Amino acid sequence: MSDLIRKNAWVAGLVVLLAALLAITKIIQPSFGASGLESVARAALPFAFATAGMAVVVIVGGIDLSVASMMAVCAVTAAVLMEKISGVPAVMIVLALGLAMGLINGALIVVTRVPDIVVTLAMLFVWEGAALLILETPGGSTSEWLQTGIRGSLVPGLPNALVIIAAAVALVWVPLRRSRLGISIYATGSNERAAFRSGVDVGRTRILAYGVCGMFCAFGGLSLASLTGIGEPVPGPYLMASVAAVVLGGVVLGGGRGGLLGPIIAVFILRIVRTILTLLAVDPNVTTIIEGTIMVCVVMLGTALTLRGARK
Amino acid sequence: MSGTQLLDATGIAKAFGAVRALTDAGLSLSEGEIVALMGANGAGKSTFVKIITGALRPDSGKVLIRGREARVGSPAEARRSGLVPVYQEPSLIPDLDVADNLRLTDTRVDPFMRWVGELGIADLELSDMIGDLPLATLRILDLARALASKPDVLLLDEMTAALPTDLVDRVLKVTREQADSGMGVIYVSHRFSEISELCDRASVLRDGKTVGDLKIESGVEQRAVELMLGQKLELGNRGVAETRSRTEAAPRVRVRDLAIAPRVTGITFDLYPAEVLGVVALEGQGQDELFDCMAGFLPPSSGEIEINGKPADFHHPADAIAAGLKFVPGDRADALLAQRSVRENIALPFSARLRNWGNLKLQRERERVAHAIEKLQIDTRAQGEVQRLSGGNQQKVTIGRWLATGVDTLLLFDPTRGIDVRTKRQIYPLVRELAQQGASVLFYTSELEEIALACDRAIVIFNGRVVDVIDAADADDQTLLHAAYGLTAQEGAA
Repeated sequence: MSDLIRKNAWVAGLVVLLAALLAITKIIQPSFGASGLESVARAALPFAFATAGMAVVVIVGGIDLSVASMMAVCAVTAAVLMEKISGVPAVMIVLALGLAMGLINGALIVVTRVPDIVVTLAMLFVWEGAALLILETPGGSTSEWLQTGIRGSLVPGLPNALVIIAAAVALVWVPLRRSRLGISIYATGSNERAAFRSGVDVGRTRILAYGVCGMFCAFGGLSLASLTGIGEPVPGPYLMASVAAVVLGGVVLGGGRGGLLGPIIAVFILRIVRTILTLLAVDPNVTTIIEGTIMVCVVMLGTALTLRGARK
Repeated sequence: MSGTQLLDATGIAKAFGAVRALTDAGLSLSEGEIVALMGANGAGKSTFVKIITGALRPDSGKVLIRGREARVGSPAEARRSGLVPVYQEPSLIPDLDVADNLRLTDTRVDPFMRWVGELGIADLELSDMIGDLPLATLRILDLARALASKPDVLLLDEMTAALPTDLVDRVLKVTREQADSGMGVIYVSHRFSEISELCDRASVLRDGKTVGDLKIESGVEQRAVELMLGQKLELGNRGVAETRSRTEAAPRVRVRDLAIAPRVTGITFDLYPAEVLGVVALEGQGQDELFDCMAGFLPPSSGEIEINGKPADFHHPADAIAAGLKFVPGDRADALLAQRSVRENIALPFSARLRNWGNLKLQRERERVAHAIEKLQIDTRAQGEVQRLSGGNQQKVTIGRWLATGVDTLLLFDPTRGIDVRTKRQIYPLVRELAQQGASVLFYTSELEEIALACDRAIVIFNGRVVDVIDAADADDQTLLHAAYGLTAQEGAA
């Protein structure tokens, strides 16, 4: 058990931080309760999916700058499709679309050997254009059951949004993490040469990791469309936010370390911080300064503690 | 030969650009045999190993495994056809635990743990993170993982290099037992004592060619050294280095009992003004750490370095440069700004001094640079980017920048690696001239004949210690290679 905590020290630290922030919220705003929690979770949902996708590619040793654009493509596709066909097949199509976009990103990186940051920067524009081609102005509509399902709490105190992100991660990441592909993703990100020598097909691993990222972006796009009820072709502020949450969540830029739980908790931490600052009526411009400061401090503290732990 | 033939590689050739690493290498191995693969630095051993194990594809040549031609395109394929390597650098993933590393290669846990115990590691947990384990343990785990997959052919590349003695004994014992039960082993090593204890044959590579296949018997060391040296390339006048009477002056650099974890355990020498002191060592005997330490990149674990009688305490390469130690690294890419001009590269050490804030003193800089270029005979057609110069000319720039600033002590790490003969001949007189002007030069070279050509004396480093000091006059290649293999020390002890 102590071994488990040691290996997940970063995540444990984040949980403590999150709990502390929730307590602070409750003190500032005594009426903050289940419904407040629900609205925070709901607002965090698209961020959480973008972060999950980003975390996977960062673990494999890459980065994907096109996450927000892929989410936009998926959101407008969902909104357009659902006007014509029923919800479930549309959801399936959108998920497949996300997977395909991710695989294209990965294949371009592996085949052309152009650095990932350049390829995905280019694809940021490509997918953005594609989203505008599908739907020039915000429009379409999403299925009623999606719009209602994403709100509220079926189980009192447990927001549906939280259940959705947990289910998506459990469905996609948990089986993957235990599979050979999952180990290969960590191996490639950790030490590409050693992975190659151990018999890992490094190129294929990388492509599939980007595919998984695309799939999480599809979940993100779907949740975005469900929350607003329409499709919005202009990408939202998810790129930088996801990188921030990934770093705060204990995934090392450069690859090989961390998981998905830490980054997703980090998303909630960043949302709660924002809520607290709003409740305190802090100037929104100061808010971003505080968010940035928290990020540097947490990563600095976490790295120092991890290093000290390793030296013992 | 006993048993069926497991591996037969013939006519293997491989070139990297213009450099021909292998021209005609071969190796055969039968069941139950242990064959040593030997060769001096740069003979092509590591390229050959990579080709046999599928990490590199040969330009030409055949690899037969059990008589069938094998196209070993990747380490995974080599593994499948029964050939499992243990590379010098462990191929375990630092951020995964032991169990995940086993799953990566589909290795079964039980036989792996049995081998780990057999090889002398007692307290391993499957949940241990690879990154937290010491290097010696990792090498043992790599070997245990290889053995657990029951290979037909096991390739051990400098397996014992990072191991303490007790583990070495275990490894040798286990390897012998496995060979006795039919496994074929290719044993790449610099250590004669282990080779004569363990191996049946030795295959010798020189300049990319397999030049001999020796039975291990008494006197084989002598024969192997001769084969590794071969017919020497005549490099022009020997004795460029007229033996100089050592000046009465105090040493400029005194190094006493220098230890640098983990490899360097005891290096002591004096470097006098107006002297070129050679450093002879096989790969990985601690010479890299010695130079890095003296250049201020690596802190020593104990011992001392004195410069002009003052103890040195380097925290940054700038400290070493300020103390007068100028380092020319072996890898030119570490020293040059490839996209910048020759002029800027030579002038970098001046302009790097931020104390001279403000405008660069362009006029003075230009004069000195012009002087250095002339002296070095750098081909000035390529006044543009340094990366467009040939390797030899690039190396001249890395030395030339210190000429331009004036130099007390120059640390040259294998300055002629991969350079054509003509440029080499321009570099030796340059080094001599620096010494004549009073500079002290520490000169590591992987080419033994350069000791006689450029140095006054040479220290020999083996296994992290200085084992011998040889005068350039006595430094024929045989003496040096014997010393480099730690043979004189062993004979002395025997």
